[in-house]
Amino acid sequence: MLDTFDDQVDGPFGQVGTGILRRRLEPLLPPGGLLTTIEGMTPYETDGLAAYRSLPGAVALPETVPQVQAVLKACSDLGVPVVARGAGTGLSGGALPFPGCVLLSLSKFNKILEIDPQARTARVQPGVRNLAISEAVAHLGLFYAPDPSSQLACSIGGNVAENAGGVHCLKYGLTVHNILSLEVVTIDGDILHLGSEALDTPGYDLMALMTGSEGLLGVVTEVLVKLTPLPEVARVILASFDDVEVAAGAVAKIMAAGIVPAGLEMMDGPALRAAEDFAQAGYPKSAAAILLCELDGEAADVTEEIARVSNLLTEAGAVEVRVAKDEAERKKFWAGRKGAFPAMGRLAPDYYCIDGTIPRRALPKVLTEIGRLADAHGLGVANVFHAGDGNLHPLILYNSELEGDSERAEALGGAILELCVEVGGTITGEHGVGREKINQMCVQFTQGENDAFHALKAAFDPKGLLNPGKTIPTLARCAEYGALHVHKGVLPHPHLERF
Amino acid sequence: MDQTQALTEAVQGAANTHRPLRLVGGGTHEFYGRAVDGKTLSIAGHKGIIDYDPSELVITARAGTLVSEIEALLAENQQMLAFEPPRFGPSATLGGAVATGLSGPRRPFAGALRDFVLGARILDGRGQSLHFGGTVFKNVAGFDAFRLMAGAQGGLGLILDVSLRVTPKPRSERALVLDLGSEAARLRVVDMMRHPLPLSGAFHDGERLHLRLSGGEAAVTGLARDLGGEDEPMAVWQDIANLAHPALAGDGPLWRIAIGQTRIAPADWGPVWDWAGGVRWIRQEIDAPNLWDAAAALGGHATLFRGPRDQVFQPLAPAVRRLHERLKTAMDPFGIFNPGRLYEGF
Repeated sequence: MLDTFDDQVDGPFGQVGTGILRRRLEPLLPPGGLLTTIEGMTPYETDGLAAYRSLPGAVALPETVPQVQAVLKACSDLGVPVVARGAGTGLSGGALPFPGCVLLSLSKFNKILEIDPQARTARVQPGVRNLAISEAVAHLGLFYAPDPSSQLACSIGGNVAENAGGVHCLKYGLTVHNILSLEVVTIDGDILHLGSEALDTPGYDLMALMTGSEGLLGVVTEVLVKLTPLPEVARVILASFDDVEVAAGAVAKIMAAGIVPAGLEMMDGPALRAAEDFAQAGYPKSAAAILLCELDGEAADVTEEIARVSNLLTEAGAVEVRVAKDEAERKKFWAGRKGAFPAMGRLAPDYYCIDGTIPRRALPKVLTEIGRLADAHGLGVANVFHAGDGNLHPLILYNSELEGDSERAEALGGAILELCVEVGGTITGEHGVGREKINQMCVQFTQGENDAFHALKAAFDPKGLLNPGKTIPTLARCAEYGALHVHKGVLPHPHLERF
Repeated sequence: MDQTQALTEAVQGAANTHRPLRLVGGGTHEFYGRAVDGKTLSIAGHKGIIDYDPSELVITARAGTLVSEIEALLAENQQMLAFEPPRFGPSATLGGAVATGLSGPRRPFAGALRDFVLGARILDGRGQSLHFGGTVFKNVAGFDAFRLMAGAQGGLGLILDVSLRVTPKPRSERALVLDLGSEAARLRVVDMMRHPLPLSGAFHDGERLHLRLSGGEAAVTGLARDLGGEDEPMAVWQDIANLAHPALAGDGPLWRIAIGQTRIAPADWGPVWDWAGGVRWIRQEIDAPNLWDAAAALGGHATLFRGPRDQVFQPLAPAVRRLHERLKTAMDPFGIFNPGRLYEGF
């Protein structure tokens, strides 16, 4: 398992005793702002990837930016690694602490500092929940567009670190497209202002580089987000198919027709049946796949587009096309999709959510191949996709209490990610590399590319103290992993067409 | 034509001898940025579309490919580059557009060039070929080093090929002109943008407000009816993007000041703006240090877009400048790519 730091393949990891951490950090923090007991630190031992657990050396809970600066500076002086954490909902182990590190929680930074309805912006602290922003500006007819499925709980600082997406990013973009500026504290305690209220900045685009950097470059302490006017209406179509590949083909037809859906989601038979049992969404349980296509905008245009998309879906081979008749039914259709992950509990004791992206045209082949890989590993898979942007979430079903099942699930997950790379896609569409996919980085990128990532990191963090062992593999790790797996250049599955 | 081999050799030669290169595509953006003293390396011959599948909404092309060729191909498939890269001439290339990072009038409504870059293959300062990002929209593996190429003026790597996200053409478009003074027009546009209206351009030429409407037919027709004004040729928007509009054209100094859209600009900046008020254009000589201070106070920055080329871009804060220098060294350790084009020293 990857939940232990391995000096041999992850590089050096500085540690000092708890006593030294306490002596140095406690005076820098408010009373109760440093946790060093096992009971106090246990809530921080894992993030949303609960299979990986490890206690840090200490948990720091600063309340002000100067406190963040002071803690980072002290850690830099001590040579102690720092793992920043938002709400801890991440799914790739990005906020997983390692023994001896300082876990820096931004949970006290939970204020919306300013809302500017004219400029359509909100200045927020990093611990503010994603959905709280939209809720705070709904009365102004505005919303914050990125909507990761954890939006009730996840924080905007974590969203920036992961470049979070969501169902609506097909039309409204990812986090990087919906933020204007960042305040960042470096490991040396310097404050950087990246991006600006103006729509471009002089010099390199460091705000874009910081977004999605998974806590390896700096700690975000303030975000200026862009707000979007709420569409006049949103309507959703539910289309059922008796063949998964036909459903995948329908997705390409919609995209080629010049339609930009607000969301275009697909679920295969096992996923839709579990979701239906869980949420009573009204899905046809006999279908092999369903598509949910949401269209939003001006009422008359949406009516027209609903008709066009309905025709396209029928022509593409849908056996049934239903338009939600009202807002209540629209919410019901979506409730099934949003409940798809928890619904997996009905199929197996555990599930492991994979997050690759592929070119849409590879979808039918990849689905077939995932089925084959799942059989070969002796495990079941239910598929949920952000089909419009080719982002797959195969959910591997397993039972962690069965001998060898966890390892098989991890191996199958890795094989699916490598399949995504082979067809021209990526190992992570929105969950991040974190600790989880660090080995697959050796498959997607050459050593030269990983070296370039290390060099970029070193420009921000010369001592390598911010979130070490995550996101970018060392040469040693890739050498060890490459010895076990067929590597770039010598591809497995030679029968697959390449794109 | 794939010239990767020749370009690699040229870069490796420069790296071995530590002799700087001046990277040139079509030469159309030559005037922009500081002058570079180095051996000219032309990338214009490294051209050709590598992959384009309209249903994937992605195009991949070599850096020397003409922007006009890409836009024409997309237009055949009712698609477009939503960031409307200014061409400043027929020979503008994809690599030059990405390296300069400039976005056209649709920027406040559709996003910036860097928002549409999905991946890039580059040569680093040692002549090593590196591929960042890819051809899919949702991709968070590794740092977004490909976005970093947008606007880096070629200083962080020689761009070999780029994958761009493309956008379906709007189903309906109208260009309107309204008799409304600069400040009143700006307030009107700010107010309009609080609502989900089909706007894709808002430019004031000093006399009149130009609006472009893009979207579904019902939304465009409805908004045009509410606005009144007169229709004008759609081509005016190309002139605005290319600084060929009479309010922007000429050979004299031209300052571009990007500020927060709702900030009130000083009267001496004149009445001409684009980007829905987020960019001011000034055709006159102004004392640069004062202008930089004033722009920063309004949440933005100033660029001497056309004119004497000693200091062109807004000075960086010391901590940010140090970071720039370290990033430059990380990607281009011998300082061979367009040294000094952005700032003195890198």
